[in-house]
Amino acid sequence: MNPEVFPCRDKYFEQTMWQRKDLLGLEELSPEEIRQVLSIAESFKEVSTRGIKKVPALRGKTVVNLFYEPSTRTRVSFEVASKRLSADVINIAIEASSVKKGETLIDTGRNIEALKADIIVVRHGSSGAAEMLARHVGVSVVNAGDGWHEHPTQALLDIFTLKEKLGKIKDLKVSIIGDIAHSRVARSNIWGLTKLGAKVTVCAPKMLIPPGIEEMGASVTHNLDEALKDADAVNVLRMQFERDENTAFPGRLQYFKTFGITQARLDKANKDIIVMHPGPINRGVEMSSEVADGVNSVILEQVTNGIAVRMAVLFLVSAVREEKNETIN
Amino acid sequence: MSKPKKIRTILCAEDIRRTLYRLTHQILEKNPVSCAIALIGIQTRGVYIARRVKSIIKEIENIDIPVGVLDITFYRDDLTVIGPKPVVRETKIDFDLNDKVVILTDDVLFTGRTVRAALDEIMDFGRPKRIEYLVLIDRGHRELPIRADFVGKNIPTSQEEHVEVKLKEADGEDKVVLIES
Repeated sequence: MNPEVFPCRDKYFEQTMWQRKDLLGLEELSPEEIRQVLSIAESFKEVSTRGIKKVPALRGKTVVNLFYEPSTRTRVSFEVASKRLSADVINIAIEASSVKKGETLIDTGRNIEALKADIIVVRHGSSGAAEMLARHVGVSVVNAGDGWHEHPTQALLDIFTLKEKLGKIKDLKVSIIGDIAHSRVARSNIWGLTKLGAKVTVCAPKMLIPPGIEEMGASVTHNLDEALKDADAVNVLRMQFERDENTAFPGRLQYFKTFGITQARLDKANKDIIVMHPGPINRGVEMSSEVADGVNSVILEQVTNGIAVRMAVLFLVSAVREEKNETIN
Repeated sequence: MSKPKKIRTILCAEDIRRTLYRLTHQILEKNPVSCAIALIGIQTRGVYIARRVKSIIKEIENIDIPVGVLDITFYRDDLTVIGPKPVVRETKIDFDLNDKVVILTDDVLFTGRTVRAALDEIMDFGRPKRIEYLVLIDRGHRELPIRADFVGKNIPTSQEEHVEVKLKEADGEDKVVLIES
């Protein structure tokens, strides 16, 4: 642990107490709660460096991954995180489940609860799906991405990586480039970063900037060089061609020319600028391969840190749920 | 009206210093310098004790002993009881444990549950030749079949009493007090 990166860790625990059964988004979290997750994640990161990469903290608990949308990174990351905590993991592939027969999200959730699972990790195409599920089940719900709304663990791991690299979040200048309108990653990052005192700029073609983004605390630019200038870090989003390619998006080549991150463009920015991407990368669309694999890129470190952050989230929510159950009984 | 709590000093700073010298001599008597010793302190005051023992060994034998730091939170058997406020501190054992004699250190031995968790955690880091256990205070009331190899002072207590070990590194002074309820 680097004491300069995480000063006075114990203070966080004295001041705050994690009381959430669920993690649904960063909008609802206080800065202290965010810091608590980051701090515990730092301890969990060390676990993955051990010979035996496992601790018994969630032994006997069951985590169900309920993914209504395709995902490699997030699902595998939650699975690895659960296993390193000694929990049992069940992955429900929607394609082969009763959802295909018309079962609703709430019914599926209640059935998982009846199987005595402890945590449901849910990804869903509709904004608010995780929140709705959490209202209808007693088990803990962790949002692994809901529509265009939030993807809290991705933002937490982005913030964790930034803090690890740069030592702080407060007063950092972070630019988020790309499809802001359809991005839950962008929304969660804006909430989390601004709560911790960073200055966030979003940069995209006009049609990909949603109305009201300034009210979340972000400034807007349509000029990539302006977004890169003076930035400490840049978080590059994936162009989501699968959503509605024909209407909202410029062509891939045209996008790359105007908004793609190339080495030549980076050379004009702060030389230590951190380049992040939540994956999967469209090489040659959002950024060149040279940048994705270059010295400024922390993309693979983000993946590693994702495990620690998700271990921290699972650990915190499971402890609260236990407590609530005891009160009910 | 509740009675004011009685606070009795059991060890003063000088007592603690002498006790740690005695315990260190006992460690060295049992484990000649030729065998590889490592110290592992249980967070947080066990860590300070381990560091002090390290410097006493350095003073006596002029050898450097590695010190590891252990946080047992993830190995506790009462995670569900302590609820949502688990305090998680650093764990750092950056040396090879295999075939070493590990001296596990803590401030107070009470129920023995912390040691049980610590032993499990150490086993996940490697296979020491032997683990020995050093505590400054043994206050009794074991809930598991565990005993310490090196004990600073045995203090008979009642369940309601509270033993507080204060160390300069954390509390600004060296002192052990018994708080009677």
